[in-house]
Amino acid sequence: MTRPTAKGGSRTSADRLARLLNLVPYLLARPGIEIAEAAGDLAVTERQLREDLELLWVCGLPGYGPGDLIDMAFDGDRVTITYDAGIDRPLRLTPDEALALVVALRMLAETPGVANREAVERALAKIENAAGDLVGAPVEVRLPADVGRVEALRGAVEGGRALRITYYTAARDETTERVIDPLRMLMVSGRAYVEAWCRRAEAVRLFRADRIDAVTELDESAVVPPQARPHDLSDGAFRPSPDLPLITLRVGRGERWITEYYPCEEVRAGDADHWLVSLRVTDLGWARRFVLGLGPDVTVVAPAELAEQVRDAASAALDAYAQPAPDARRAPAPTAADPALAAGSR
Amino acid sequence: MSRTRTERLVNLVICLLSTRRFLTAAQIAATVPGYEHDPDDARDHEAFQRKFERDKAELRELGVPLETGTASVFDSEPGYRIARREYALPDIPLEPDEAAAVGIAARLWQHAGLAAAASSGLAKLRAAGVDVDPQATLGLEPMVTVDPAFAPLTAAARDRREVGFDYRVPDQDAPTRRRLQPWGVVCWRGRWYVVGHDLDREATRCFRLSRVVGAVRVTGDPSAYEPPAGVDLISHVARWSGPVERTGRATVLAAPGRAAGLRRWAVEVVAGPDGDRLVLPYADPESLARHLVGYGPDVRVLDPPEVREAVIQRLKEIASRHDDLATAGGSR
Repeated sequence: MTRPTAKGGSRTSADRLARLLNLVPYLLARPGIEIAEAAGDLAVTERQLREDLELLWVCGLPGYGPGDLIDMAFDGDRVTITYDAGIDRPLRLTPDEALALVVALRMLAETPGVANREAVERALAKIENAAGDLVGAPVEVRLPADVGRVEALRGAVEGGRALRITYYTAARDETTERVIDPLRMLMVSGRAYVEAWCRRAEAVRLFRADRIDAVTELDESAVVPPQARPHDLSDGAFRPSPDLPLITLRVGRGERWITEYYPCEEVRAGDADHWLVSLRVTDLGWARRFVLGLGPDVTVVAPAELAEQVRDAASAALDAYAQPAPDARRAPAPTAADPALAAGSR
Repeated sequence: MSRTRTERLVNLVICLLSTRRFLTAAQIAATVPGYEHDPDDARDHEAFQRKFERDKAELRELGVPLETGTASVFDSEPGYRIARREYALPDIPLEPDEAAAVGIAARLWQHAGLAAAASSGLAKLRAAGVDVDPQATLGLEPMVTVDPAFAPLTAAARDRREVGFDYRVPDQDAPTRRRLQPWGVVCWRGRWYVVGHDLDREATRCFRLSRVVGAVRVTGDPSAYEPPAGVDLISHVARWSGPVERTGRATVLAAPGRAAGLRRWAVEVVAGPDGDRLVLPYADPESLARHLVGYGPDVRVLDPPEVREAVIQRLKEIASRHDDLATAGGSR
């Protein structure tokens, strides 16, 4: 039973051949490396690595005599390749490998606030050069953002201190002060975030950099509780959980774009030009502002509570407009407001 | 793949790397262990040929550059060899900080296929003697995600092959079929686009990858066209989503302690007896109105009249649309 079973079998076998062809030059470059270290480096078990070495030991040049076979010397737990039979270099990069490395490096180089960008750019140039035609890679990356703000935040996060931040929470339309213990900074879908333990929420939270209005480094080290786990961000920064309220909207043609911007549970064709769109929201108050902002081409189907809130908010606003307006220009001297904030909001 | 097959393939690679002459299948069978068979026995010979074909395919899939040719004009049978220069990864002298950057880049992929490609690429660099510090960080790391259309479109753009795909724009009811000579793929503000020559519109067009429905069909031959020299792909995408100049100024009255989102946006905040006057920069009165309506009774527009009117108009329509609905829902 040496043959692997059907599913994934041929993939693992191709992986093993690739690994074996890589293993000889890898060891050749590191004479006397500990087997445990090599296994860790190559992400295989020590036992698997020893099996790989045994297999290579019986491979070699035609003739297959003692002087033709790949040879290696063991010294305790260390191994040294003493004859490579001509596979002294790794195989060149495949187009996919070159593309994956180059695109990721370009992403890094374009990410605002990345430390040592210059090293990223040097690495990119060398990889592109080595990959040659493979990456006349017709891929370009541009991730514009507020570089100054992101760099300041990165500096604060790297300082290793707890931070007091002024943060705007769109879900509740409120600005709050909170103390956070940063875990890391990352960029998801072109937006920078600080991931941190939030002492106020007593949970790990993602804070959007463009909504952090002020940062103070505190005189204490950041301490992340052991139970804190980073988010799984493979599906984007906001993954609605099934216990959040579900709302259903009847959406006219002109507002269908929301299905591209918000993760939707369901999108169905309704009557006429309308779509019935169901999505989960963190807060009904947010949903009310959202629906009001979308305008007359969107109506709430469910829950009734939300429909009432929308209607009541619109009526109350109209009542206010029915009152005589205060004079727009009757204004004393302005209080301080930071014009820089205007650039950060949408 | 069994151990014997892996062993045979390693030996095949070593054998073909070591030869300058093209070796025929028969010569390979006589040399490399694992191909022993009786060439005069038709069934045995056929089994060998199938085995050899599978092995060649496996090597090519791995990216081993298998050359085909004949050793001399007298040979009719094709032979095989691997040119060392084509096989070997060229020397990439990475400094430690550069190697660290590559190591970080390789783990950014959230897409399974490209994540695997990135790590096998990194494994080759390590095999070439590059040491990668696994602890290194750059302080801020992007999650790299792509849409399913990314791989086929980059491959088509690289090979300059025409493609066809179904494309869905939300304000249309059905996807439309598009034909494109792709020039390249662009990531702009976290979204992916393909830029190229639209064969039906006969013009340069860009398409958002997330709107491609189903599979991308490669319809053309390789090298079928030439993208314009020095084309700036980003500029084609950025042209229609560039920054907006906010030169207009609106004044609104916000209820005390409310409309936190608007306050962050205001260039001026003046506290008054009936609420806070906020001065808001804007570009387009309609989109400002949309935004302000979201705050309902917490915000009242004072100036300019066109924004005020737009807000009132929207509020009226929203109220009347929801009037019946809310009542119906409440009585259930």
